[in-house]
Parts: sequence; structure tokens; C-alpha cells
Amino acid sequence: MNKLFQWVDARLPISHFWNAHLSGYYVPKNFNLWYFFGSLALTVFVIQIVSGIWLTMNYKPSAAEAFASVEYIMRDVEWGWLIRYMHSTGASAFFVVIYLHMLRGLMYGSYKSPRELIWIFGMLIYVVLMAEAFMGYLLPWGQMSYWGAQVIISLFGAIPFIGPDLALWVRGDFVVGDATLNRFFALHVIALPLILLFLIGGHIMALHEVGSNNPEGIEIKKHKDANGIPLDGVPFHPYFTVKDLVGVTLFLFFFAIVVFYIPEMGGYFLEKPNFIPANPMQTPEHIAPVWYFTPFYAILRAVPDKFLGVVAMGGAIFVLFLLPWLDRNPVKSIRYRSTTFKALLAMFVVSFLVLGWLGTQPATGLLTFLAQLFTLLYFGYFVALWFISKNEKTKPVPERITR
Amino acid sequence: MNALQRFSFWGFCLLLLGLSSHAALASGGSVAGLVKAEIDLGDTASLQRGAQLFVDRCLSCHSAKFMRYNRIGQDLGMSEEEVKAKLIRGADVKIGSTLQSAMPDALAKTAFGVVPPDLSLTARSRGADWLYSYLRAFYVDPTRSLGVNNQVFPGVGMPNVFWREQGEQVLLKDEHGHASLKLVKPGSMTPAEFDGMIGDLTAFMSYMAEPAVLQRKALGVWVLGFLALLFVILYLLKKEYWRDVKH
Repeated sequence: MNKLFQWVDARLPISHFWNAHLSGYYVPKNFNLWYFFGSLALTVFVIQIVSGIWLTMNYKPSAAEAFASVEYIMRDVEWGWLIRYMHSTGASAFFVVIYLHMLRGLMYGSYKSPRELIWIFGMLIYVVLMAEAFMGYLLPWGQMSYWGAQVIISLFGAIPFIGPDLALWVRGDFVVGDATLNRFFALHVIALPLILLFLIGGHIMALHEVGSNNPEGIEIKKHKDANGIPLDGVPFHPYFTVKDLVGVTLFLFFFAIVVFYIPEMGGYFLEKPNFIPANPMQTPEHIAPVWYFTPFYAILRAVPDKFLGVVAMGGAIFVLFLLPWLDRNPVKSIRYRSTTFKALLAMFVVSFLVLGWLGTQPATGLLTFLAQLFTLLYFGYFVALWFISKNEKTKPVPERITR
Repeated sequence: MNALQRFSFWGFCLLLLGLSSHAALASGGSVAGLVKAEIDLGDTASLQRGAQLFVDRCLSCHSAKFMRYNRIGQDLGMSEEEVKAKLIRGADVKIGSTLQSAMPDALAKTAFGVVPPDLSLTARSRGADWLYSYLRAFYVDPTRSLGVNNQVFPGVGMPNVFWREQGEQVLLKDEHGHASLKLVKPGSMTPAEFDGMIGDLTAFMSYMAEPAVLQRKALGVWVLGFLALLFVILYLLKKEYWRDVKH
């Protein structure tokens, strides 16, 4: 066995990879709970890929059969209900984990030099994930699948000159129909997951090149022993493999509570109208996207002009890409930053949550006003950050990790 | 973690917990204007009575095309013979067949103007509370072609199939414009008996909307127990490994 391993290892860099990325890859020893969400995101990715493969075995991507095939999976396929709930819960869990992972980055300044590329890769993953979730949501072919897709695709129509033709090109038909379902299926099951896989690879490669940030915002590579090993680091394996397994198990516990006891999450994970087959002749009373899109949906509706609304919605995502350059303060961790920064970040998080809630509600007078207010606060974070971060009064950052 | 971070982290966790418990309540809780359906999916006898009511009363006009007879038998503890004798109508209907309506679509269209909707998933798309409230909310309304209307579903296109049991209700409005239903002609059942019957039917339709509900709730306990045990073991393992890391 050992000889076989040596034979393979001489021809394939297995031990080199193991050493570079696991046993010889040093990670700051002071990670807190916020640092679980990266490995959890990877866990959910694996859950989605595996459950997705099994769903594909029985799902039929045709307008005539899609809805019935999902019910077939739920009723007649052995363990089909479990596979489907894992996938539907996984979609929402992915966003819960990713949002917390991103908030971690905002708190500890993980997007700052030298980790800008990690942040860019992460943002690209987030954008592709949104497309992946959006296309996946069409597949059950329920009323909300159908009308949600109809509304979102029609947004392309708001783009001047090319809009209507672009929307037509995306749909492949004048309305959302069989052609749309077919292409969304293709993109959902292979094209986008493949892109995600490459982006996740890039995200981790870029991370392992520069090493992890940590709650103190201190570079552990600055202080190494005689052998070149960071003094405040521990090897990823076994220290973080055993630690992340604890996090993964805890996560799976909560995941299982949802899968087995509240798979619909009161209509937030599986919306009630989606148990009615898609009907192009009948618009539901109230169309709301799934919860993870609602902050951006609220921003879209807050702007009176449709095209400018689309621009604002896109801008709300795009501005996050610029974060490494908008935040001009070299101090990374929130622990050593000013009260102003802490207040701004709190304002941003509250705005995001409130917008998320507003996006689930009908856009009536007062709620529209609130959406406009919180949209301004959302963008206000980035503007204010640019101004305050230049000459911010920060606390001294320690040289070494002491806590 | 310093105090602020600890505060923000647990605050966030609490918020998530609050949202999810709110969501959990909403899934089983009451919506304004609807009566809470007191149903127990663990009560097999209730589900069996509900199944009987469904095939006797609903299946004459509606279908439940995603539900199979043998699945009902398996989940509700009925043998194939029992299912055939009690639930299946028509000699050509097989035990593995889905629940089809007795009324051809064309006939339904002439009788009601529309084909009555399939009921497989109604309990999921409308909710159990809605179903329970709706089935109890028919009242006499001479202006409608069928002579009845429904407080929960105004302009309903279906007669009250339980009028013999329920009796006749009328809609009363008080001085504030608040509408309520009043029983003016008693049926063969007392209101309590009638509510019990509608409860059975609602329970069956809730089960029918998601037959896996019985399995998943039973299995979930074991999965959670396993994960809890695994968590303890892995936590101790982690502690063991991290003992030599100085902070």
C-alpha cells in the first residue's frame, strides 16, 4: 500500500497538495464563531450538488411535466421528499451562511489588502449563486416560480434600446414558457454550478496564497520562528479540520430541524402559492421573491422609475465589489476601529434586514417611504465609509495575537 | 471576542431564531379571519375518517391526482382489502391508481362553469386553517345561482356538500358592519360534532398534501439525536487537539 502511494505520489502531487493546503497551511489560532461560515458554505455547496444530482434523476424539465414530476419526487420516489427538502432548505441555508460569511468580512476587514482578490472572488460567487438560486426557483413550475421569473426577466426589458429584445432572448419566448424552463434547467444543473466550482477554487487559492485574516486583523506571517512557521498560527490539519467538523455538525443539527420539522419555514423557504401549478392566465395577488432576494427587491421598488430601479438594484450589489477601495483605513478589525465605523456598520446591517423585510411586504405608501429611506442608508454606508475611513481615529493594533 | 462582537453575534443569532420561530408559528398559526384547525396528524382514526369523507364527498366532483389509494392504506394502517372495500369506487380502479374525480371534466364544466380544482395540494397552497374555516363558512344566499355563498371564499362556485349535517347558516351584520354566521336551521349533527367531522377531513387533506409528513416527523428525532451525540464526540475531540495550543 505504501509502495503504491509512493508510486502515485511520484507522478501526482498528492503529498505536496496535502502539505501546502492542509498539514502545512498555517491558520491564525484565534478564530471565533464567525470563522465557521466559510467551511459551512462549502458544506452547503456539497449538499446542493449531491441532492441536486439525485433530484435530476426524476425531475422533468418541461412545462407540461415539471410540477407533477416534483410531486412524484415528493410522493413516489424513495426518500424523494428528503432529497427535495434538503435541496430547498439548502438553497436558503446557502444564503444564510453566505450573508453571515460576508458580514464577517465587513467586521474584520477581510477584504482589505492583501485580500482584495479573495473578496472579488467571493462577490462573484455571490452573484453567480443568486443567478443559480433564481433559475432553480423556476424549476418546480409553481405559480410563484412562474410569476417570480416573469417579473425578474421583465426587468431586463427596462434597459433602454436593447431591453425588450434582451428579455425576449433570455426567455426564448414572448412569455416565460417551456423554452425558458429548459434553458434555466441547463444553466442551473451544469453551467452555473461549474462556474461556481471554478470560482470557489479561485477563492480558496487566493486565500491560501496570502493566508487568513482573523478577528484581531493581524498578519500572522509577520512573526515567524526560525523554521519560517508563523508563531500565532496552527496547521489547518488537524486543528481546523476537527474544529470545523464541530461547526458543521452544529450546522447540520439546525439544518435537520428545518428539513424534518419546518421545511416550508412558514412560507419563506417554500412559498404557499408555489403549490399551485404555474398558470400564465392568472397572476397571484401578491408576488414576492424568496427571502434572500428581498433586500434588493425592496431597493428596486423604492425607486419610482423602473430603469433607475434596476440600476439601483444592480448598484447595491456592484458597490460591494468596490469595498476594498472604498474603505481607506489600513486597520482591519472592528475591534480597533472608531465608534463611528461601528455605528455605520450597525446601520448597514439594520438597513439590509429592514429592506429584506420590506421586500416581502406589498409596496404601499408608508412602506415605500421606508424602503426609500433604508435604500439611502444602505448606500450611505459606502459613501460615509469613504469619507470617514481616511482620517479615522483608530486604536493601536497589537503586534501579536494575544486573545 | 470583545463585548461588542459578542453582543452583535448573539444579537444576530437571536434575531435569526426569532425569525425562524415566527416563521414556524406562521406555518401552524392562525391568519386573521380564519379559525385555527385543531388537527392531529398522529391520530390515525381521525385520518381514516377523513379519507372516507374525502372519497365519499369530495371525489364526486374533485380529483386528487397526486395521491394513490395504496399509499393511503400504507400510511393510515389499512389493508389493501380494506382500502378496496371502503375507499375505492368503480370496478376498474386499481389499488395503485391515483384519486380521480367521478365526474368527467366536460360535464363539470357544464354544471359549474369550471372544472373543480384538484385537491391534492390545497392544504399546502391555502393552509389547513383556511380549509377548515372555508368548509364551515357556507351560508344561504339566494342571489347566488347555487343558493349558497361562503364567508371565507366569497362568490364560491361550489354548493355546501355538508348541508345535511351542518344545517343552514345565514350571514348577519352588526351595526359596525362586522359579519358573522348564525345557524338558523339545525342539521343532523350538533355544531361540535360537525366541527369534529370537518376537522377529520382537514386532517386527511393536510396529510394528503404531503404524505411524507408522517415519515419525516418520526425520522427527524433520530437524526437530531444522532447529530447531538456526534456533536458531543467531535467537541471533545476538538478540545483534546486544542489543549496544547496556547492562547
